Amino acid sequence: MRSLVDVSAAQKTPMKGGEGQSLKHESAEKHVTGEALYTDDLVTPANILHGYVGLSTIARGLIKKMDLSQVKAFPGVVDVLTLDDVPGHYDIGPVYPGDPVLADGEVQFWGQPLFAVAATSYKAARKAASLAVLEYEPIKPVVSIEEGLQAKYFVRPSHTQKRGDARKAIDEAAHRLQGELHIGGQEHFSLEGQVSMAVPTEDDGVLLYTSSQHPSEGQKLVAQVLGIAINRVTVDMRRMGGGFGGKETNANQWACLAALLMHKTGRAVKIRLARSDDMCATGKRHPFLIRYDVGFNQQGLIEGVDITLSAACGMSPDLSDAIVDRAMFHADNAYFFPAACITGHRVKTDTVSNTAFRGFGGPQGMLGIEGIMDDIARVVNKDPLDIRKRNFYSDSGKRNMTHYGQTIEHMVIADLVDRLEHQSDYRVRREQIKQFNAANKVFKKGIALTPVKFGISFTAQHLNQAGALVHVYTDGSIQLNHGGTEMGQGLFTKVAQIVATQFQVDIDTVLCTSTRTDKVPNTSPTAASSGTDLNGMAAKEAATTIKLRMINFAATHFSVEQDDVNFIDNQVIAGDHCLSFSQFCQLAYLHRVSLSATGFYRTPKIYYDREKAQGQPFFYFANGAAVSEVLVDTLTGEYKVLRVDICHDVGQSINPMIDRGQIEGGFIQGMGWLTTEELLWDKHGKLLTNNPASYKIPTMADTPAIFNVELLPNSPNTEATVFHSKAVGEPPLMLAISVWSALRDAVSSVSNYQINPLLDTPATPERVLHALQALKERRTP
Amino acid sequence: MLKFLLNDSLQTVNKIDPNISVLEYLREHVFRTGTKEGCASGDCGACTVVVAELLGEALCYQSINACITPIGTLHGKQLITVEDLKYQGQLHPVQQSMVECHGSQCGFCTPGFVMSMFAFYKNNLKATRETINEAFSGNLCRCTGYSSIINAIQHASHDSLSDQFSKKQQQTVACLKSIGEEKNTVTLQANGKQFFSPVCINDLSLLLEIYPNARLLAGGTDLSLDITQGLQDVDLMIYIGRVDELLQINEDDSCLEIGAAVSYSQCSDVLVKNFPDLLELLTRLGSRQIRNQGTLAGNVANASPIADMPPVLMVLNAKLSLRCGQNTRVLNVSDYYQSYKVTALQRSEFIEKIIIPKARKNEEFRVYKISKRLDDDISSTCAAFNIQIVNGVVENALIALGGMADIPKRARHCEQALLQQAWNEKTMTNAMREMAKDFKPISDFRASAQYRLLVSQHCLRRFFLELESRADQVRVTRYA
Repeated sequence: MRSLVDVSAAQKTPMKGGEGQSLKHESAEKHVTGEALYTDDLVTPANILHGYVGLSTIARGLIKKMDLSQVKAFPGVVDVLTLDDVPGHYDIGPVYPGDPVLADGEVQFWGQPLFAVAATSYKAARKAASLAVLEYEPIKPVVSIEEGLQAKYFVRPSHTQKRGDARKAIDEAAHRLQGELHIGGQEHFSLEGQVSMAVPTEDDGVLLYTSSQHPSEGQKLVAQVLGIAINRVTVDMRRMGGGFGGKETNANQWACLAALLMHKTGRAVKIRLARSDDMCATGKRHPFLIRYDVGFNQQGLIEGVDITLSAACGMSPDLSDAIVDRAMFHADNAYFFPAACITGHRVKTDTVSNTAFRGFGGPQGMLGIEGIMDDIARVVNKDPLDIRKRNFYSDSGKRNMTHYGQTIEHMVIADLVDRLEHQSDYRVRREQIKQFNAANKVFKKGIALTPVKFGISFTAQHLNQAGALVHVYTDGSIQLNHGGTEMGQGLFTKVAQIVATQFQVDIDTVLCTSTRTDKVPNTSPTAASSGTDLNGMAAKEAATTIKLRMINFAATHFSVEQDDVNFIDNQVIAGDHCLSFSQFCQLAYLHRVSLSATGFYRTPKIYYDREKAQGQPFFYFANGAAVSEVLVDTLTGEYKVLRVDICHDVGQSINPMIDRGQIEGGFIQGMGWLTTEELLWDKHGKLLTNNPASYKIPTMADTPAIFNVELLPNSPNTEATVFHSKAVGEPPLMLAISVWSALRDAVSSVSNYQINPLLDTPATPERVLHALQALKERRTP
Repeated sequence: MLKFLLNDSLQTVNKIDPNISVLEYLREHVFRTGTKEGCASGDCGACTVVVAELLGEALCYQSINACITPIGTLHGKQLITVEDLKYQGQLHPVQQSMVECHGSQCGFCTPGFVMSMFAFYKNNLKATRETINEAFSGNLCRCTGYSSIINAIQHASHDSLSDQFSKKQQQTVACLKSIGEEKNTVTLQANGKQFFSPVCINDLSLLLEIYPNARLLAGGTDLSLDITQGLQDVDLMIYIGRVDELLQINEDDSCLEIGAAVSYSQCSDVLVKNFPDLLELLTRLGSRQIRNQGTLAGNVANASPIADMPPVLMVLNAKLSLRCGQNTRVLNVSDYYQSYKVTALQRSEFIEKIIIPKARKNEEFRVYKISKRLDDDISSTCAAFNIQIVNGVVENALIALGGMADIPKRARHCEQALLQQAWNEKTMTNAMREMAKDFKPISDFRASAQYRLLVSQHCLRRFFLELESRADQVRVTRYA
């Protein structure tokens, strides 16, 4: 450019909005005004078509006939798409094959897309899609985990982690507990459902707008189904209306189908699933069956465990291998197992393929051991909190290594739990509750303190990488781009804070723009709580590269030492020279200094040898604990969570209010999973709870009246993470296990804490009443 | 011709398919995409908008679910969406509060919350956890866990700023009045679909005689699901929301009369005044948006076996005034239900009003709603009791349950076991046993048959305990 904009002169104004500050979400004002654009809100090309899918109406069988003549004849329909129309590769399985973009001759779950239709309106497409005449040769579906286990019907081979001789340790222990626990799945229910829009480009390519946690994978798969090079496809993703794992791999199918319909019609195509179809056709959190055999001594100290975790994976592998692995990695939660045998089965069921969901198997693994802790306590007649503490990992007595060989280097949990125990008045309330329960016939209260130790890193090593792109313009404004996606978690805000901190400029100077595969390529999913750890580091790296060039230039230009060049309070100071940041950027530009840089980061230290089932899969652990108090109505099983106290370890927080939002939101979401969110299939494999009228996520009234949340103070991450912060996306979900433990505590009170209640999840009022009745019946034979 | 205000601009719409929802109109016809679709079934609140209606010289602001509101119902009203709140570059106080309290994460539910907050704020409600839960149970958020939103609501409610809607009130009132003065049936036609919105009961009767197959539309909370979920087209709709006679609430010494077009929100005060135990049910039934739209008569009329009000009305000995042409007849609510979704309603006949006798001396009325989730959930069972005890003896016993049979149904065996018996533990235990003869409930995704029966029996025990020691709290829902 020939001339530059006028910029303000140097003026020392304290920098606003660096790391550590509770800035509002970068889109907060756009959210509250409705100005924030989601994929379905974008202005569409004038000739856009609306795509929809025809879904199977059986769970398993062969397709004998698929007559689409009525679909084609429906007013407004422009074209239909079947598997034969796919020019490229049609299996969109993210890791292993098994996910055809449209059913390949056989139906594998109820609600599987069989064909797609493009029409001039959303309504026409949807109505037309329901008009196919279908004939099947049905096969009896496998719906339950038990059936699948018995038939060894698996999507992937089983895996075992071992330490010592668990069997011997259990046999020789003074006490032994055996049991099983059924854990229900969970629908993501992000308020924005699945949606993608494909726009044709002049290079026979696609510009794709998709609500996705993994734009690079969407890009790759769209290229594959179309049979074109990846460079022809660009994905643009500004924000999602919630993700939670449900748009990690599950966004891809709708992106591919929109692109395929676009390819066939030559017109832009948008696909948006109606809620009930979204709930039938996309994966969920894996239901698990946990079987355990535990040996422990008179003090309640575990001597050996044998835990088998069996997940209902649905019809394909999807991410189930890694999800069951993570369940296995968290079968210990915060407790040391002297001897352990942890086995994970990936059971195939003829249901939709289950997928990533906040916690990624970790919650199910943890729930098992937390139930065991409570049960041990009741056997040895101790407070469950004391049993937990006794079993914690610790630096003394060689109790610091997990059953998969990772040494716990930063022991946080014991101190954190002590702190929470005191702040929540746990002991006093425990006594009050005992008195309350003795005095009340109808109501019973329960309390529980449960910890969380959650491993941070993708267990697939290569995913632990990230890229960023930073541009500094000649008015001193900064544009930031990175491979992470914004789904509400505040990633864009945090990464912008990191970049602003690097340059010591106001946060308003930094604009984070939509995630685009043409700006930062080959990105990992925004998942595994890793968004800020990975992308924050990459952005910091990019900013540092530019800053070093600037320092180098300033030192030469002003003839000062590099150490005498300082970025502070929106200014650049070089010896005696003081320029505003924008003035300095102009000067650098005029002297031909590159003001744009990429940044790259890969997580150090991590590896896992699956053959040996040993390694250090996690860079570090995020920790937390919660105390929940509940009130149960023994007549109906209805209950209320009265009070929750949380202390959570986020290291040195980059944005305390955003972290707090993750903790509160994660907790309530976890509570929903364990209480009211019930997925039910009929014996034919049809999902019965496929809309919000039948599937109940928490409402405002479910948020406890007393909800104290504290970020563990003065606890920087000892690993070299970005500003020594810790990941926060998933771990808080598991704090809600305290609600389930407290419900079991309340139920067991009717047996004077002598009997361990069986309480599968979700612990609906019906299951709670059932558990109460079972105890009452056992008490009075 | 449909006339309404979109914020402050008068819209006149002639040709529009009456099956179009307000949400579709906003997003696809006028490209206001701030209002979101989360479910299209009135269960999530992402599409919440506010409708202002004339109330004398004032305006009454109500939050509704745009996704299940047919466009034709807007006639004579002001529609306010999230785009209208920011004024002269300044956020509305409710928006400002959401920003300051970190009330949004992904932001998709936020416009709906903002609109519910706006209605809450315009109605000048005192922000306690109870009033907040009542007003926001129909807005789901999957990100925040609600704490920050609760803060934002409490924070905003302290703000006494008058906003642009208050400043323009006179103008708005004048405009809505001028629309209202045209007292004629509004019709809409497009794509072979028809919509009529008469203003008097005679016109309504006449229309129903001419079009006996027309679907009657009141709140639309049920009918709209046929369109958005069932993908049906309703060819002919008659909207009763402007029929003056059906909008009346009358109360005298002996009874209450609730017109068929009266919403839950409109009649809840008078119902609770007469039957205080209805307060809990009327704050948990549906959501604020649903209660603003849905009607008592609609809950009766569609004969859903899981509706909550029919058991209540049955035990209160309520009657329906039915009209066909110029003829009216009165029928007990109990006699209205014949079999699954089959009622005593005849061709061209409609419910005019519901007549509820006032409570008699010594009558004890209670209703218990048992559901998986506390708020905005359909009942596994809904048990209503109205028992008259004189000198320790049960003189009269009316018990009815929803969710236990293919129709809302009286528990006759159970009632018989109580009648003329001493009101004590033994009688109650016996009556609980007898209840098993009254019902053969089904198992479905809401509850198993076994739980339904057991919990219904336990509701009777709870009723007994509540009467036995009034001071004790025996409902978890009310425990504080």
